[in-house]
Amino acid sequence: MAKVKVEFKVNNREVQVEVDPTERLLDTLRERLNLTGVKEGCAVGECGACTVLFDGEAINSCLIPTVQAEGKEVLTIEGLGTEDELDPLQQSFIDYQAVQCGFCTPGMILSAKALLNKNSSPTREDIKGAIDGNLCRCTGYEQIIQAVQNAADGEVEA
Amino acid sequence: MNDLKQVNKSKKRVDAKAKVTGKAKFGADLKFANMLYGKVVRTKYPYAKIKNVDISKAEAYPGVEVVMTAKDIPNNTFGVIIQNQRVLAEDEAIYIGDGIVMLAAESKEAAEEAAKLVEIEYEELKGIHDPLESRKPDAQLVMEGTDSNQVVHHPLRKGDVETGFAEADLILEREYSTHYIEHAYLEPEAVTVVPNERQTLVSVYGSVQNPYATRDAVARVLEADLSQVRIIQDNMGGSFGGKDENISSMAARAAVMALETDRPVQMVNSREESIIESYKRHPYNLKYKVGATKEGKLTAMEIEAVADSGAYACQTPFVTWRSVVQATGPYEVPNVKTDTYGFYTNNPYTGAMRGYGSPPTCFAQESLMDELAEELGMKPDQLREKNMYRQGSHTASNQKLDNHTVSLQEVLDKAKESINYDKKYEEYSKEQTGEKKRGIGLAISYRGVSLGAEAIDTTGGIVAVQKDGSIILYCGLAENGQGLRTVFSQVVGEELGVNLDRITYMEADTSVAPESGSTVASRSTFMGGNALKKAAKNVKETMIEFAKEEYGVEGEIIFKDNALYTDSGKKIEDFSKVASDAFHSGVFLSSYGWYKAPKISWDEETGQGRPYFTYVYGCQIAEVEVDTGTGQVKVLNMAAAHDVGKAINPANVRGQIYGGVVMAVGHALMEDLGFSDGFINHTNFDEYLIPTAKDIPDIDAIIVENPDPAGPYGAKSIGEPTVELGGAAINNAIALATGERHYDLPLNLERVLIGRDLSREG
Ligand code: FES
Ligand code: FES
Repeated sequence: MAKVKVEFKVNNREVQVEVDPTERLLDTLRERLNLTGVKEGCAVGECGACTVLFDGEAINSCLIPTVQAEGKEVLTIEGLGTEDELDPLQQSFIDYQAVQCGFCTPGMILSAKALLNKNSSPTREDIKGAIDGNLCRCTGYEQIIQAVQNAADGEVEA
Repeated sequence: MNDLKQVNKSKKRVDAKAKVTGKAKFGADLKFANMLYGKVVRTKYPYAKIKNVDISKAEAYPGVEVVMTAKDIPNNTFGVIIQNQRVLAEDEAIYIGDGIVMLAAESKEAAEEAAKLVEIEYEELKGIHDPLESRKPDAQLVMEGTDSNQVVHHPLRKGDVETGFAEADLILEREYSTHYIEHAYLEPEAVTVVPNERQTLVSVYGSVQNPYATRDAVARVLEADLSQVRIIQDNMGGSFGGKDENISSMAARAAVMALETDRPVQMVNSREESIIESYKRHPYNLKYKVGATKEGKLTAMEIEAVADSGAYACQTPFVTWRSVVQATGPYEVPNVKTDTYGFYTNNPYTGAMRGYGSPPTCFAQESLMDELAEELGMKPDQLREKNMYRQGSHTASNQKLDNHTVSLQEVLDKAKESINYDKKYEEYSKEQTGEKKRGIGLAISYRGVSLGAEAIDTTGGIVAVQKDGSIILYCGLAENGQGLRTVFSQVVGEELGVNLDRITYMEADTSVAPESGSTVASRSTFMGGNALKKAAKNVKETMIEFAKEEYGVEGEIIFKDNALYTDSGKKIEDFSKVASDAFHSGVFLSSYGWYKAPKISWDEETGQGRPYFTYVYGCQIAEVEVDTGTGQVKVLNMAAAHDVGKAINPANVRGQIYGGVVMAVGHALMEDLGFSDGFINHTNFDEYLIPTAKDIPDIDAIIVENPDPAGPYGAKSIGEPTVELGGAAINNAIALATGERHYDLPLNLERVLIGRDLSREG
């Protein structure tokens, strides 16, 4: 298979890769760029563990061929917040005990981020809708919903 | 104990920051120089003779380093209780997840391509897929070298059931069944084995729930000393009991290939591989017969529980043992006869899953109590109050419950109040118009803490104060996501008056920490908490002695806020200064703590004794809405009250309750492997549905605290009781809503609508 050159931005950094046309964005991010905060839980678009932001929209990176990223901006969990200043959502997940095993957490936070980008005062139902594609087997979602709600309300102890 | 600083506080998790920033590494995230990627070829049929295996094409595929079969494995069997699980199948495959060939290659792609080139010739055979068939005396045998398919039989005899039934005014006989449950941890299994690393023959990294059990298995398979096998646990993406034997088998395979190639070998399952190979929760067939007087006093219970062990013994003997102790529920029954069995079949093997043997029996027995109440014309909670354990009650095993607080009344009252049970029960008992009908149902339970008489119950821990006053903790119990690192840090922090940011709980490493038993049975807080508390106490005593001498202080010394104080509140020195001074004076500031659980006993013939040293009590009440046009059940509200002894970290405890309740909703209503004749048809999350955020009820997580005299700060446990009550509570709520009772799980659309599941005969 002829390799294809793809240029896009990941976490605000220009990257250039040469990939098979079928290579999944998930693999490019994990294997080539070492962004292992992107997780693989099902590979069929059902669990949301591989969620990244694609021009601000939450998508399942296991379903997207890397070639489609040409010219796009991709954000993974590694690009959210900084070492000294976490994104309010990250801080809120810590404060509201919304993390257990943590495997779903990166995808969960990014789906919530996409929501808050569009809707700064979501209802409980809005939040449930936004994370409906992100499975979590540990938390029962309750503390995740609370964390997102409180990040939106700005009630996070920074 | 009134001014606790660390314990009984909702401290933030010590591992949360790494997890929200993506820095936390899980099994599949590890990379080692020169690493190979492993892959397994599994059987096509649930039961088949393996007539020929041709690996030549796979071996020739570019990038393939090694292709191996059972013949190449030094010792092909392992198991925690009975060593009959095979690393790879040799002459025959006995369930659909059996691996036959393993290989390792330079890339995942090469490994996958090569796997397709392995040629296996089978003779498909007719297997046994129903434990009720497999128990028949003339049934064909599943396991070589056995003379019956019975894995285990646990009898329990108390009083005389004939007499008991003769005294009854009403006798009910009902049959129930429960189904397979997949753990569905979000992270599929992942392991990397590095050969000849440092001092050991193999180092195993990955999502290992029970490092010592996996070490036993790998050492046995390699015929190596335990000291030569090192298991280092990474972050676990969930386990729920599910990353034990399947991980042991994966680690053993990778270890054999790593030694053969002298290169690290990584193995990661796809979701499909995970669901097909991994063990499940046992399906049960349960027969209950109960007798009661017309006043509602239970006179006798006779129970037969048959569990499907699948192809291997795995943990069936212990799982079914827990069923025995909980089979009658938390009720005083003078005459009891219980027989619990496990049988081999050619089905997926079954093992530990959150709740262990209790969710099936709780489902049956609490559904039965509800129906009994209805038949007697009593309210469900009244019948329970009339019979449930009180302080000093005797259990079916004739254990007197007097060494801890029996709090069933309290959990029941609190759950009822939270959800407004009495009012809703009255309202929903009336005729309801329209398609959508509401109901409310409850279930209560008692549950033994830790392993009980299943096995030896000990845990060790090390507290090591460094010369700068920071502290390292080691214990063989594992962080599976439940928050154990945080909880243990809190216990030690409380004892030594040190804040959590000065404490590091090391990952489980079998070559460093003392063997602590498995992270199972909701035992970790209790067992590990006690061991580390002991170790911290020892260190504290050494520091007190040193401080008295060094600083010339007298009287009591108080450890708080990272410092030592006199009893009059005068600061002596910072904790870190004392640690440094002690170190430089040659004082040893580390200690082992070893905790052995209180004494228990069990008579195998009669099921009488003291199976557990203490119990937890819980009540869950579900409010549902049933769409009688479609069979759709929505759980609207759930009140969950659990006596945890003492919540070391209340936010964590609530997290366990929310998680357990939602898991039980999934088990009760939607989870289904699509199992038929040994095949699993639902192998990914598009068909094996687990609850999403939209499926969750509003949950009131109610923490009840009656400190246990033996628990660390009075703490008991919470992980598993949360998941055993939901099935019956929801079933009872549906019965009140629709007027129809159900006896089989899952309560999917067809069952609720027309009373049976269209996808199978049942
Ligand atoms: S791995 Fe992409 S949705 Fe599950
Ligand atoms: S925290 Fe474990 S899957 Fe969500």
